[in-house]
Amino acid sequence: MATGELMTGAEIVLKALADHGVEHVFGYPGGAVLPIYDEIFQQDKVKHILVRHEQGATHAAEGYARSTGKCGVVLVTSGPGATNAVTGLTDALMDSIPMVCLTGQVPTHLIGNDAFQECDTVGITRPCTKHNWLVKDVNDLARILHEAFYVATHGRPGPVVVDIPKDVQFARGKYVGPKNIEHKTYRPQVKPHQDAIRAAVDLIAKAKRPLLYTGGGVINSGLVASKLLREFVKLTNIPLTSTLMGLGAYPAAGKNWLGMLGMHGTYEANMAMHDCDVMINVGARFDDRITGRLDAFSPGSKKIHIDIDPSSINKTVQVDIPVVGDVAHALEDIIRVWKAKSHELDKKAMAGWWKEIDGWKATNCLKYKANKDVIMPQYAIERLYALTRDKDVYITTEVGQHQMWAAQFFKFEEPHRWMTSGGLGTMGYGLPAAVGVQMAHPKSLVIDIAGDASVQMTMQEMSTAVQYRLPIKIFILNNQYMGMVRQWQQLLHGNRLSESYSEALPDFVKLAEAYGCVGLRAEKPSELDDKIKEMIRSPHPVLFDCRVAALANCFPMIPSGKAHNEMLLGEDVSDEEVGSAIDARGKELV
Amino acid sequence: MDKVVASSQPQSAYFLDMSKKEVETHTLAVVADNEPGVLARVIGLFAGRGYNIDSLTVSETIHEKHVSRFTIVTTGTPKVLTQIKHQLERMVPVHSVADLTVQGNSIARELAMVKVAGTGEKRMEALRLADAFRARVIDASTESFIFEITGKPDKVDQFISLMVPIGLVEVARTGVAGISRGAEGMRV
Ligand SMILES: Cc1ncc(C[n+]2csc(CCOP(=O)(O)OP(=O)(O)O)c2C)c(N)n1
Repeated sequence: MATGELMTGAEIVLKALADHGVEHVFGYPGGAVLPIYDEIFQQDKVKHILVRHEQGATHAAEGYARSTGKCGVVLVTSGPGATNAVTGLTDALMDSIPMVCLTGQVPTHLIGNDAFQECDTVGITRPCTKHNWLVKDVNDLARILHEAFYVATHGRPGPVVVDIPKDVQFARGKYVGPKNIEHKTYRPQVKPHQDAIRAAVDLIAKAKRPLLYTGGGVINSGLVASKLLREFVKLTNIPLTSTLMGLGAYPAAGKNWLGMLGMHGTYEANMAMHDCDVMINVGARFDDRITGRLDAFSPGSKKIHIDIDPSSINKTVQVDIPVVGDVAHALEDIIRVWKAKSHELDKKAMAGWWKEIDGWKATNCLKYKANKDVIMPQYAIERLYALTRDKDVYITTEVGQHQMWAAQFFKFEEPHRWMTSGGLGTMGYGLPAAVGVQMAHPKSLVIDIAGDASVQMTMQEMSTAVQYRLPIKIFILNNQYMGMVRQWQQLLHGNRLSESYSEALPDFVKLAEAYGCVGLRAEKPSELDDKIKEMIRSPHPVLFDCRVAALANCFPMIPSGKAHNEMLLGEDVSDEEVGSAIDARGKELV
Repeated sequence: MDKVVASSQPQSAYFLDMSKKEVETHTLAVVADNEPGVLARVIGLFAGRGYNIDSLTVSETIHEKHVSRFTIVTTGTPKVLTQIKHQLERMVPVHSVADLTVQGNSIARELAMVKVAGTGEKRMEALRLADAFRARVIDASTESFIFEITGKPDKVDQFISLMVPIGLVEVARTGVAGISRGAEGMRV
C-alpha cells in the first residue's frame, strides 16, 4: 500500500508490526480486538500464536525476547485480557525485557462509562510499564506504534502498552512508515563520559583484589557486550561473578568464573565480593538478593558501576565511579584506554588474591549428600546438564528451589540461553517462556526446569505447545512441596509447614497424555539417565515428572539480614542450625 | 570446615552509621510533554516509591510545543532526593529536571487568596497587616475581605497565621512555582 493512502487502524497495526520486522505475536482474541484479528487472518507476514491465558502470552513474549535479543509482542483484548497481562508486564519491567503489548479498548465514546469489558488499562499498567499510550485518534496510531517499539528497545529495555479503542481500529487514517522514528524527547545516554571511563580504568589498574560483578545488562546490551567482557577478563585476569540474570555472559567453563553470587550464590563468589578492593559492577543493580545486609556489603571496596539507567546508580549502594551508558560501549572504551595505557595489574597481589579465592573454592560449597535410592534434586540437574551439554539447549525456569539449583548446577557458556524470572520471581513463568523460546528456535532443545507447584500456574500452555508442535521439555523437580516456602518455614517459623505441602498433585504423566504430549516419570537415580535421554529424543512436548527428595534444602544460603561472609553452607548443617540461622531482625526481611 | 562461617572469619564486616540521616526540603522544576496522564505519572511515581510531595504546581508553559512545567517541593534524605531526580528524568515524557535548591540561585513564589471575616477594629487590623505584607484586597463585603498575597511560602504562612485571631475563614493556595535566576533557562 502506498504511503499516504488511508488505512484502517487495524491495518495500520499489522503494517507497523511488519515494518518493525515482527514475525511472531503472542495473543488471545476478544471483542475489543476483533478488527485486528480480522487483519491477522488476511495476511501472512506476522504469525499469531494463540496462548491459553494472557499471562502466558506475556511470558512467551519474554522468553522470545530474552532468547533472541528482539522485542516480544503481545496482543490481548480489553478488560480481563489486559488485567491478565499485568503480571507479565511487571515481570518484564523488573527484568528489563523489551516488549510491546497491544491491548484492545472499548470504543472511545464509551471510555469512562463502565462499559462491558472496560478497564482503565493505561491507569492499571502505568506503574508496570516503561511507558504507555491510549490512542484516541487513528492518525496518531502509526506514530505511537513506532514510538512504542523505540521506547521498548532503547535505553534500559522494558515493556510498553498501546491501548487501542475499537473505533480507532475501524477508523481510517494515514500510515507513516517507521523511518527515522524516535521519540520526540526520550534520548537515553548510550555512550559513557570519557572522564568516567578514565577514572574507572585508573582505579582498576591500581587494584590488588579486583572483582567483576556482572548482571542482566550485559545480556541486554547484546552479544558484543559478552564478547567484550570476555576480552577484558582475558586482558586482566580479574575474577568474575554474576547475578542470576547475567548467567552466560561469561562462560561457566571460563577459568575466571566464580559462579553466581547472592543469597544462593557460591561461597567463593560471595567471599570475593565481601573482600575485594575494587568492584566493577557491569550492568547489575545491587538487588537485595545480591547485597544481603547492606551495611556489611563489600565494606572495603571502591565501586565502579556501569549502568544505562542513571536511577540505578547510588539507589541502594553508594558507588565511587558511576559510568552511565550502554555496557558494550563502556567495555569497549575501558578496553581501549586500558590497552593505550599498557596497564597491567600488580602480579604479586593478583597471585595472592587468586590463591585466596582458590582456598574458598576448595570448600566445594555446592556439594550435597548423594543418595542411592532417592533422586537428589541437585543430582537431577547435574545429569540433565551432562546429558544435554553437547546440544543446542535453552533453559527456562519457574520460581523456587529448582530455579536456584538450576542456576547453581546448570552451566551456561553463552548469553541468551537462560530465561528466568529474577526481579519479580513469578511462578508460572517458565512453561510459557519455553513456548516463546521454542517458537524463536524451532530446532533447539528447550527445557523448562520446573517445580511441581509453579508449573501448575500456567500448565494450560501445554496445549499451546501441542497446537504449534513445539517440543518443549518440562522437567519437573517434583518434591511435592512448595520447596522454597517450606525451606523458609523451616528457617524462620519453627518448621511449621503452613500450607506449603501440595496435596492432590495431578498425575503428571496422565496429564501429559491428556494434553496429547508425552509423559515420563523417574523415581530412582538408576533410571534417571535413560529417562532423560528418552525425553531428549522425543520429537514431542514432554512433561517429565522427576520425583526428588522431598525435604532437600537449597544451600549455600545467606540468611536474610546477614552479610556475605556469614553464609550457611549446606553439606552437614543440622536442622537446629537451620532453625536458628536467622535472628529476629532478619525475620522481618523477605 | 565450619558450617556457619561467620565466627571463623576475620571481623571484616563493619557497621556503617545507621543513624537516621537528616532530611532536607528541595524544590524541583520538571519540564515534560503535556500529554494525557503525565500528571498521574509523576504523582504515581511519588506515591509508588513512597516519596513525599509537600507542594506541586503544574501548568502548560509552551502551548505550541505542548510542554508543561511542574514545580515540586519534596522532602527526603539527600540520597532519596537524588533518586527522585533520576526517577523523574527516566520517565519517557520528561525532558529535563532541575533541583533548584541544589543549584542555589533560584526564586520560589506562591500565591494565596485569604478570606477574613470581622467587623470594627478587627477589620482595620486586617487592612493594616495586609498593607504591611503588600497583600491586595480583591473582594470585600461589609463583614469580610479576600486578600491576594504573593511571596515566598513562609511569608504567605506568616500572613495566614496573623489572620487567624482576626477571623480567618478559608485559604486557597497555588503551591510553589520556582525558577532559577540569571539568563540561563531549562532544556525544553
Ligand atoms: C505467583 C507466585 N506466587 C507465590 C510465590 C511465592 N513462592 C516462591 S517459591 C514458591 C514455591 C515454589 O514451589 P515449587 O514450584 O514446587 O518449587 P520448589 O521450590 O519446590 O522447587 C512460592 C509459593 C511466587 N514466587 N510467585
